[in-house]
Amino acid sequence: MSLAPEAGIVRLPAAAPGDDGSSEPPGADARLSDTTRYRVRYLGDTRMRILILAIGLAAAEPATAQIAVRGRLVHTMTGEPLRDAVVIIENGRITAVGPAATTTVPAGTPMMVAEVVTPGLIDARATAGLTGFLNQKQDQDQLDPTDAIQPELRAIDAFNPDDPLVAWVRGFGVTTLHTGHAPGALVSGQTLVVKTAGRSLQQDVLVPAAAVAANLGPASFGKDRKSPGTRGKQVAMLRQELLKAREYAERMASSDPEKRPDRNLRLETLSDVLAGRLPLLVTAHRAQDIRSALRLRDEFGFRLLLDGAAEAYLLLPEIRAAGVPVLVHPAMQRATDDLVNMSFTTAAALRKAEIAIALQSGFESYVPKTRVVLFEAAVAAAHDLGPEAALAAITRDAAHILGVADRVGSIAPGRDGDLALFDGDPFEYTTHCMATIIEGTVVSTGRR
Amino acid sequence: MTLSMKITILLLGLIPALARGVEAQDIPQAFIGAKILPVEGAPIEKGTLLVHRGKIVAVGPVDAVAVPGDAARIDMTGRVIIPGLVCTHSHLGGIGGADSSAPIQPEVRILDSLNPRDAGYRRALAGGLTTINVMPGSGHLISGQTAYLKLRRAGTIEAMAIRKQDGSAAGGLKMANGTNSHREPPFPGTRGKSAALVREAFVRAQSYRERLARTGGDAEKRPARDLGLEILVEVLEGRRVVHHHTHRADDIRTVLRLREEFGFRVVLHHVSEGWKVAGEIAAAGVPCSVILVDSPGGKLEAKELSFETGAILERAGVLMAYHTDDWITDSRLFLRMAALGIRGGLPPEKALRALTLAGAEILDLSSRIGSLAPGKDADFAVLSGDPFSVYTRVLRTFVDGEKVFDLEDPADRLVAEGGYGALSDATPFLCCHEDETR
Repeated sequence: MSLAPEAGIVRLPAAAPGDDGSSEPPGADARLSDTTRYRVRYLGDTRMRILILAIGLAAAEPATAQIAVRGRLVHTMTGEPLRDAVVIIENGRITAVGPAATTTVPAGTPMMVAEVVTPGLIDARATAGLTGFLNQKQDQDQLDPTDAIQPELRAIDAFNPDDPLVAWVRGFGVTTLHTGHAPGALVSGQTLVVKTAGRSLQQDVLVPAAAVAANLGPASFGKDRKSPGTRGKQVAMLRQELLKAREYAERMASSDPEKRPDRNLRLETLSDVLAGRLPLLVTAHRAQDIRSALRLRDEFGFRLLLDGAAEAYLLLPEIRAAGVPVLVHPAMQRATDDLVNMSFTTAAALRKAEIAIALQSGFESYVPKTRVVLFEAAVAAAHDLGPEAALAAITRDAAHILGVADRVGSIAPGRDGDLALFDGDPFEYTTHCMATIIEGTVVSTGRR
Repeated sequence: MTLSMKITILLLGLIPALARGVEAQDIPQAFIGAKILPVEGAPIEKGTLLVHRGKIVAVGPVDAVAVPGDAARIDMTGRVIIPGLVCTHSHLGGIGGADSSAPIQPEVRILDSLNPRDAGYRRALAGGLTTINVMPGSGHLISGQTAYLKLRRAGTIEAMAIRKQDGSAAGGLKMANGTNSHREPPFPGTRGKSAALVREAFVRAQSYRERLARTGGDAEKRPARDLGLEILVEVLEGRRVVHHHTHRADDIRTVLRLREEFGFRVVLHHVSEGWKVAGEIAAAGVPCSVILVDSPGGKLEAKELSFETGAILERAGVLMAYHTDDWITDSRLFLRMAALGIRGGLPPEKALRALTLAGAEILDLSSRIGSLAPGKDADFAVLSGDPFSVYTRVLRTFVDGEKVFDLEDPADRLVAEGGYGALSDATPFLCCHEDETR
């Protein structure tokens, strides 16, 4: 038996809506690929998906990286996708994007060709680089259990750019991670925004301190006396610490140096949160925990990023009114514990309510040790979000929420030369990521 | 609520249940116009699947299948029908296998721990699964007997259990090696000790079997009944298949060695490094049940896990199925796993086989399930499109000709998509009293 009338291609009849009283699953019409709807390719397919038209590409120096990418469909995220378009990257930045017919490629520029080109993907909340590949004690740096509130722990001091899982997600087109300390403590530490290139942190980091990560709900309860054991206690502890930070900031602002307290890294970081210099990222899944986060925000006026938010669909008007963006939990995260009521359609519900969303790989304590945000977005895309909104949630919209939209998340002159190349609709399970480019350098190739 | 109101509600509840029973049992059902992927035999672009009394009567092109005049005709134009999916390795139903008292507990039956109303079974139906092998975990060298279940919407686990010809519940024996079963004594702390403990248990079972044979008719001389050794004797005699958790290439080789030594039938499960020893597995004629997760690592034994494992094993000639390992992966996304296998080089038709017929063969059930063929159980799923597209949804699932999942039903849709209360265990069914005697 063969599913494939032609080698490597599966064509099935399109489902006709309503023929037995049921409707077409939402999101099934719009595709991110203009290629045959049910095209499936696999290893051994002789058709070349990528042509590297110049020799010595791999030797290109990052600082002078110059490359052109031609795509049958280029999702710039600044407007409608461009058909048969070229993106030119010089010195690590995009210098031109436009129709292949009218865009001049500088002589000698190496050229790559792909079916579908997107901006390098952004994972809006990860722990990759801190939660090491082997999952042994010595490579787990996402959580220090010695205290309940430790905002002074910096992600930049813990992030390992060489971890194999950073390379793994890079292979699926992910070029930017918002990663850092994980759930498990009331305030577990800071996050950073970093490229996945695996270079020096000086080169890779976009935002060294992106947010302070707090966690509400039983996931951050602890047995020791320093950790909260109930929801009420954990909010009380957070409120108390924020009040301390407020007083610390007030005393620090004193005109009399004698009256200023000694520097306290913990309170200094929280006072950055209170002053709006750092957002407070609150991981909260149950509705009551999301409401607690909103109440604390109202009380202290910090910039709130809601993270996870499995039951956000119960609080759409409140979240909308607060104008708070949501980094929605991975669609395929396990429906256990606080996520018992999670839905594949939460991202779609938030988007429909005009709440800003981005998607993420989240935190995993076992296998898979990291999820791949491309895969999570695919499942969200197929569950009412639709492929275009799902792609925006791992590119442009994620960049806006993380405050890095001037660098990444779209394909436009002046942006970083970060691209992902696919041999079909990026969200199809059977599509491959053919190459990943960061600042003009090809950092991953192969049919992944 | 008054008593009469309660009775009225009960009766209202019974009407669709009775109607469904009639539909499933007495009137042939013809599913007409779908693309049918029967797994055995070529795809049928526009086909009819004829079902009666829980069995498949005919499957073929629309113009080649005669639909009886009294049959219910169900228009399936634009749909895709595939066999019900078979998961060879699942932990659904509130499993409670071996306890922490010893590393080897073959006497424990997983069947005795399962809740037929567990919400997980409904999630599995939402994924198009119809048969699953429910197993105890991998924290023991031998953690107990597994249960092959049909996902009937039944009130008792007995009504879900698949029966062998002698009427006993079908199942295998779960074993494990590698690090998961390493613990404080009496559990092993090394691989060498693990193998020694298993070898010792099977040597004991060999002696037990010999003594039974020697003393056969003589009740006075027979050894006392030992539930654990009786099960190991079933394994030695090839009457019970070993389902063996194993990841690393050297651990896989250890299983193959023990198999050769004791002659048991074994299925290798997970096989993260199976791609390294595909030739040896093929030469041994041992089937594999494979899991894919979204990244390698997370435990030392899975650091070389590959999306290509399925393709490599298949090319080597190994009988290869996928499994969910639910809760490790979600049964609702079982089609996705094989699609990732295609991404890793597996031909699509082999990927569909790895979710259906291959699993049925591994469970010794291929004469009854795993493909759409006359005489087989009417277990199938209706899809909105290509089985391996992310945009495809499971629309309906049928077990023994009975519709057990329908995406149009709000309660089923909640289970399929998730949401508030999606994982609440099922309320008792009014439909299933007759099932309990099956």
